[in-house]
Amino acid sequence: MDLSTTYLGLRLPHPLMPGASPLVDDLDQVRRLEDAGAAAIVMHSLFEEQITLDQLGTIHSMEIHEGASAEALSYFPDPSDYRLGPDQYLEQLRRIKDAVAVPIVASLNGTTPEGWLAFARLLENAGADALELNVYHVASSPDENAVQVEERLLEVLRTVRRHVRIPLALKLSPFYSALANLAQRLDAEGIDGLVLFNRFYQPEIDIEALEVKPYLHLSDSSELLLRLRWLAILSGRVRASLAVTGGVHSAIDVIKAVMAGANAVQMVSALLQHGPEELQKVRTAVEYWMEQHEYESLAQMQGSMNLQRCPDPTAFERANYMRVLQSWRG
Amino acid sequence: MSTQFMVTLDGNEAAASAAHRTAEVIAIYPITPSSTMGELADEWSAHGRKNIWGTVPLVVEMQSEAGAAGAIHGALQAGALATTFTASQGLLLMIPNMYKIAGELTAFCMHVSARTLATHALSIFGDHSDVMACRQTGFAMLASGSVQEAHDFACIATAATLRARVPFLHFFDGFRTSHEVAKIALLNDDELRAMIDDDLVAAHRLRALSPDHPVLRGTAQNPDVFFQAREAINPFYSKVPDLVQETMDRFSALTGRGYRLFDYVGHPNAERVIILMGSGAETVHETVAWMLARDERVGVLKVRLYRPFPIDAFVAALPVDTRSIAVLDRTKEPGAIGEPLYLDVVTALRESCDDGKSHFLTEPRVIGGRYGLSSKEFTPAMVKAVYDELAKTQPKRHFTVGIVDDVSHTSIDFDPTLDIEPPEVVRAVFFGLGSDGTVGANKNSIKIIGEETENWGQGYFVYDSKKSGAITISHLRFGPRPIRSAYQIRRANFVACHQFNFLERYDVLEYAAPGAVFLLNSAYGPDDVWENLIRETQQAIIEKQLRFYVIDAYKVAKDTGMGRRINTVMQTCFFAVSGVLPHDEAIAHIKRTIRKTYEKKGDAIVQKNFAAVDQTLAHLFEVTVPTDVTSTRTMPPIVSAQAPDFVQKVTALMLANKGDLLPVSAFPVDGTWQLGTAKWEKRNIALEIPVWDASICIQCNKCALNCPHSAIRAKVYAPDNLSDAPPTFKAMDYKGAEFKGAKYTIQVAPEDCTGCQLCTMVCPAKDKANPKHKAIDMQPQAPLREHEAANFSFFLGLPEVDRSTLHVDVKTSQFLEPLFEYSLACAGCGETPYIKLMTQLFGDRAVVANATGCSSIYGGNLPTTPYTTNRDGRGPAWSNSLFEDNAEFGLGIRLAIDKNLEQARELLLHLAPKLGEAVAANILKAPQETEADITAQRRRIGFLREKLGNLSSLEVRRLSQLAEYLVRKSVWIVGGDGWAYDIGFGGLDHVMAVGRNVNILVLDTEVYSNTGGQQSKATPLGAAAKFASAGKSTPKKDLGMIAMSYGNVYVARIALGAKDLQATRAFLEADSYPGTSIILAYSPCIAHGYDLAYGAEQQKLAVSSGYWPVYRFDPRRIANGMSPLQLDSAAPKTSVSDFARNETRFRMVEQLDAQRFRALMKAEQQEVQSRFAIYEQLAKLVVPKPQVTEES
Repeated sequence: MDLSTTYLGLRLPHPLMPGASPLVDDLDQVRRLEDAGAAAIVMHSLFEEQITLDQLGTIHSMEIHEGASAEALSYFPDPSDYRLGPDQYLEQLRRIKDAVAVPIVASLNGTTPEGWLAFARLLENAGADALELNVYHVASSPDENAVQVEERLLEVLRTVRRHVRIPLALKLSPFYSALANLAQRLDAEGIDGLVLFNRFYQPEIDIEALEVKPYLHLSDSSELLLRLRWLAILSGRVRASLAVTGGVHSAIDVIKAVMAGANAVQMVSALLQHGPEELQKVRTAVEYWMEQHEYESLAQMQGSMNLQRCPDPTAFERANYMRVLQSWRG
Repeated sequence: MSTQFMVTLDGNEAAASAAHRTAEVIAIYPITPSSTMGELADEWSAHGRKNIWGTVPLVVEMQSEAGAAGAIHGALQAGALATTFTASQGLLLMIPNMYKIAGELTAFCMHVSARTLATHALSIFGDHSDVMACRQTGFAMLASGSVQEAHDFACIATAATLRARVPFLHFFDGFRTSHEVAKIALLNDDELRAMIDDDLVAAHRLRALSPDHPVLRGTAQNPDVFFQAREAINPFYSKVPDLVQETMDRFSALTGRGYRLFDYVGHPNAERVIILMGSGAETVHETVAWMLARDERVGVLKVRLYRPFPIDAFVAALPVDTRSIAVLDRTKEPGAIGEPLYLDVVTALRESCDDGKSHFLTEPRVIGGRYGLSSKEFTPAMVKAVYDELAKTQPKRHFTVGIVDDVSHTSIDFDPTLDIEPPEVVRAVFFGLGSDGTVGANKNSIKIIGEETENWGQGYFVYDSKKSGAITISHLRFGPRPIRSAYQIRRANFVACHQFNFLERYDVLEYAAPGAVFLLNSAYGPDDVWENLIRETQQAIIEKQLRFYVIDAYKVAKDTGMGRRINTVMQTCFFAVSGVLPHDEAIAHIKRTIRKTYEKKGDAIVQKNFAAVDQTLAHLFEVTVPTDVTSTRTMPPIVSAQAPDFVQKVTALMLANKGDLLPVSAFPVDGTWQLGTAKWEKRNIALEIPVWDASICIQCNKCALNCPHSAIRAKVYAPDNLSDAPPTFKAMDYKGAEFKGAKYTIQVAPEDCTGCQLCTMVCPAKDKANPKHKAIDMQPQAPLREHEAANFSFFLGLPEVDRSTLHVDVKTSQFLEPLFEYSLACAGCGETPYIKLMTQLFGDRAVVANATGCSSIYGGNLPTTPYTTNRDGRGPAWSNSLFEDNAEFGLGIRLAIDKNLEQARELLLHLAPKLGEAVAANILKAPQETEADITAQRRRIGFLREKLGNLSSLEVRRLSQLAEYLVRKSVWIVGGDGWAYDIGFGGLDHVMAVGRNVNILVLDTEVYSNTGGQQSKATPLGAAAKFASAGKSTPKKDLGMIAMSYGNVYVARIALGAKDLQATRAFLEADSYPGTSIILAYSPCIAHGYDLAYGAEQQKLAVSSGYWPVYRFDPRRIANGMSPLQLDSAAPKTSVSDFARNETRFRMVEQLDAQRFRALMKAEQQEVQSRFAIYEQLAKLVVPKPQVTEES
């Protein structure tokens, strides 16, 4: 069965790959992912904000008590060897590149234009085959309008695009008011791929302690539906290749995503739950299903159920309750 | 001669640099002020820095200096070139091995930053009392007087010992030299190689213990031969002086820096000569030069080789015209005819004269003086006074200089205003706050000036003993010639005050010379700063015609993302207005240094520092100084007028930095000081203080329980006490049943709070409508200060709770008066809440034996002490013996109390017929379990005393003296993990084995905190510490398990911030347990590297992850058929790395090597789980009940 696909200009034997996750922290896991046949490996994000906070926090906690006491000129070993920059991430990227042969997609979350640019270059130089720009932004400020939010996103892309040669993907959130239009503009700026969608930590309220805590639960297949809709809407309308992330747990999920238009399918929760080998199982099941249904290749089903090709496009465009209402009326 | 490579470093680094490069094995133990040498050696080896033979020296940290000396002795015996670094008590612990090393003629050189020995008090500062205690060991002793000499003599002594086979103790003055930063010529490896003779190294190795050419050493000898064999060593000592001089000559040929065994400086026909060694000799040298220019026939003889003392070289070095000699010793030997150097000089001159070798025109008169004990300043004025004394017809035979001795009248007068410093030397003094980075910035500035210009530079830094809100005074000199001034600057061309409020506490401008520049960090600008100065400051500025600049450094720091670190801003200002370097050049150097320091740490921090530099100049303003003093405010009194006489007359002067002025008569003769003095020092260091909202308070008292400084307190009292309350005093109805109808108040001590925020962090009471508001919120201190101070004063006057009726638990414990308050511990200290709780529960009947360390510093470092008394005058009696012997010291206290009690009981029985049988029986049989019992017993003792007052006999007198022991005493042996796990473990173990009723409180910060973060055996697997920079690879020692193995020791492991109920119970049980108790108390520390406001949160994570499981092991439970171990922790439910990642000590391992970090965390997780499983099983064990026999 020909499962081959093209994502970010990379010719891949099949669309399945681990999405950004802590799995890549451990080289053994990375090797297991390759053994399980991952088509590519997406690293977790390098967070500029985290790095800056780490730098400032660590320097502060070490320096604040330096030179204050006659008995202790400092309280920590000589800090000159300790690296507070992105070195760790870059080192891990190099190690992964050395350890496995599959393409490695680095991931970056910047906060400043300088940060986006500087770190993107470092990741490219460290050997990343492609770069996923993880744009994390909660538009909580009433002073910033939707145009400004989108323009900032475009500016990040332009900046990085100008200076980085490797393929670029943009991991989007679903919270844009005109996503199809935005995707088209990103496409025009030369994006190579769009990843749908980022799953954010959600604030959870502890009603006993009266505290808000960030919370991230593992996904399940129900989350796929939102992604299917937008894959279907964007598929065929943008030049950029499309990846799905969030809610893919089974071969059926993969097939649906591909039919909706995904060129690549990222899995995280399922791999965290069942181990890297789950990827192999899902791939085998996809192949089995395709054989059973007499498909010749993945290309044959890619985008088959997108907005342009599916039998009832309105199903993707209409809101659910409308249909229910109509069916009652009907 | 090779080209000189100039560097700027301190004396410790200078000595360690030569020592590390000429050693193979280094064994050390941290002790101030020598710790840095060991740390650097470890750091260099960790970085793979090689010695001159191309191999990296092996560095090991031992459990004590005694251990280090033993390891060194072994290494030397096995043929290694070994060295060590130490000082003071550490050196004393090495003495037994020093005798051995010398007796076995072993080539070895150790480096000592000489420090005061503890006598009536401990002192971390410098004098020669430690090295003088070694002069009988058989070690040769070589004294350095400057940073350059510390470097050069480290090399010379190492070379000489190989030639002589006599071991060398190379020493220099602690702090004055060890911590002075100076520009020196650094020996390169070729020079070191040229100095160390490889044939002699080979000979040393040939003497090694080896099974391939075995010998026997360390025999026992008997009266028939020991004496003769001991004398066989003599020829080796006879040769030492010549060998040292030859080595010095060789060194001179190589480097151009010549030294003699005794270096004479002065008039060739000097009549008056001072003889001394160490840094003081440099000051005398400088003064002699000044006096020579004034045609005085004076000279100084600097003693280099003190042991063996070469008489001929000594006499030959003195001018023939010498008529009078003053020998200055930096040590005190009570009861001796004179101090050691004096005695040696007198003996040498006498022997020389007797042997007909004297060359003097007339035999000189010799007098001896003491100076500079504990780093007491030794200035040219004092030197001049000594020469003046020598000029008298009847000079004092034995004198002191530098103090006013109005008791024994030993002191000679000196003119404190004498200033001999040459005008070309730029002198700058900086007043900074410990945490604002002033010292670091100044070290940086010296480096810039020293290494980037032709100028010579010197920096010396004065610290106070406070661990929070500490003040630092930096003394910087720059000049075209090498600087010999081994004393603090008195008249500066530049004075910077980095904290505005210092002007109201210290006489900052006392240091300013006329016409000097004065730089002030001030929130007030050039237009309004003047009106906000006190009169004294205005007056000094006008009278001294100072050029006055202001900068709002905190604003610049804040705006540029530097937080409260104003170091970069103030450093930029210094260069901008001092004129030491061209402005642009200086800025370029500062930026280069910033980049060098931080570039590995990431660009963000570099950019923020750059921004701070750039923005500084725009905010620096010269103030137009008015002609008149206009301020109506004057410097407030240092202590309140209500303070006792002693505090007014003595403590207040010490607090004002003027302790040097106090005469001998001001002081207790035996080191005994009164309690309750911390309360008189109102430090006002908190920017924000807690504010209580009674409307949402749930009265849990957690704020008070967790406060490290007793600066927020709870009280419950009768409502009628409120009648004359200040208007803003807050009170609410008490909610519990136990004090029905009572009022309740939480009150902050606004001027004593450090602003650590622990109280607000632990406060569980949130406003339901607005949960960000809690019952305790932090608010700016300044507007609250005055009325909250009045409220606190009123609060203190409210009646204390009746201890006898109180059921003590975690909440009510906070109604008990803390007898430990306002300590100088770090803001947010994790140790002090335990000590405070102990004093609340048992302070009125406690004796505390305190190991040296943080707890002895914040507990007993003058001017004040946080230990205090209650209204009855009772409180914890406290003493610190040593670091290593605290358990034994505490046991001794217990033994004395037990013996006194036994005698009291015997006397009571004996006197019962006269006192009344019932009176005696009631006392003897009285239970003393509860507070009510104790109160009742005290009443009985009062009654007994009344009865005794009516009787008279020897027994009656004795019982009167001992009656107080009939009330149960609680002995607390307190110390840190360095003491309990390492240096004091042998004694601790023995005390546990003895089983007496002592309570051991181990304040476990998992690292040597006081000396700056060296690993101890309490350091956990995976944490970085000094000597474990890559993360400790072995697990923490399980001291609790060791203690449990005795079976009859009460053991508790606690974490107050996580499980306060369990912790409180542990204290109560430990006190009530009739044998030995040990409490291991988890103590967050600044050496963990996080904001200690989160101390309680971290403790919760420590417990929930199983990193710090809490338990109580109470042997009394066996009698009830239970396992003695009660596990108070649930099974680990969070991961250790979640806990660890919040702390820099762990995180930096990840930053060094993420793979290693993961491996260590995995190992620690495994360790945590295994340990918990063991405890869990132990907690289920059924131990047979003790057999009840007829005899029992």
